[in-house]
Amino acid sequence: MNPIAVTPAELQLDPLIRLVSNGGGHGAVATFIGVVRDNNLNRRVTHLEYEAYEPMAERALAQICGEANQEWPGTRLAVHHRIGRLGIGEASIVIAAASAHRAAAFAACRYVIERVKQIVPIWKHEFFEGGEVWIEGATANPEDEAARLEAVRRACA
Amino acid sequence: MRVTVRLFARLRDIAGSGDLSRDAPAGATVGDIWRGLVAEFPEMARYESSISSAVNADYAKMAAALADGDEVAFLPPVSGG
Repeated sequence: MNPIAVTPAELQLDPLIRLVSNGGGHGAVATFIGVVRDNNLNRRVTHLEYEAYEPMAERALAQICGEANQEWPGTRLAVHHRIGRLGIGEASIVIAAASAHRAAAFAACRYVIERVKQIVPIWKHEFFEGGEVWIEGATANPEDEAARLEAVRRACA
Repeated sequence: MRVTVRLFARLRDIAGSGDLSRDAPAGATVGDIWRGLVAEFPEMARYESSISSAVNADYAKMAAALADGDEVAFLPPVSGG
């Protein structure tokens, strides 16, 4: 299995945990699952549709994992993002981070999700009772060092 | 030369397609293609300051020069995760 993927298939965390846990040097595995919530900004959400610029999204995920490895050397990471229609409670992203110690595992895992929201070309189309809207978050700029440092700061908070 | 233009999310909705083909003069830049799109689809103008752009699936600046056959993408603010 590839540690990085953008896929319409249902996400599973366990294979990612096994992937990053290969070998015996790690003492901690931190994981994150992003889940579709039934409400947003007082809207009753019925479902989401995720769209990606797939080859670029996978490159951006690889870049983020590379950045995390620079910050927390020796960390092993895997991240899969789902696209297509997702119902309430379904996982939109799964991340696993293994490291020798828990601080780096937690930090790298948090860093990945913070950076995904900054620079990965994926978009959320929210369908709610009474309408639909494209969610527009961050202007993606991988060279924005202030944004990257903010992700590091959040990861270590 | 001829380039492929990829549009996503709201930009795709505005254009009615996420996959366009456009003629451009030699030496045209990403910004030239964007300005052509805004002329064609004025509703895109409000994205002027918030889009990112890419050439052949790598981030690129508006000043980047294009070559025949390039794939230019315009990315509204992202919302993955």
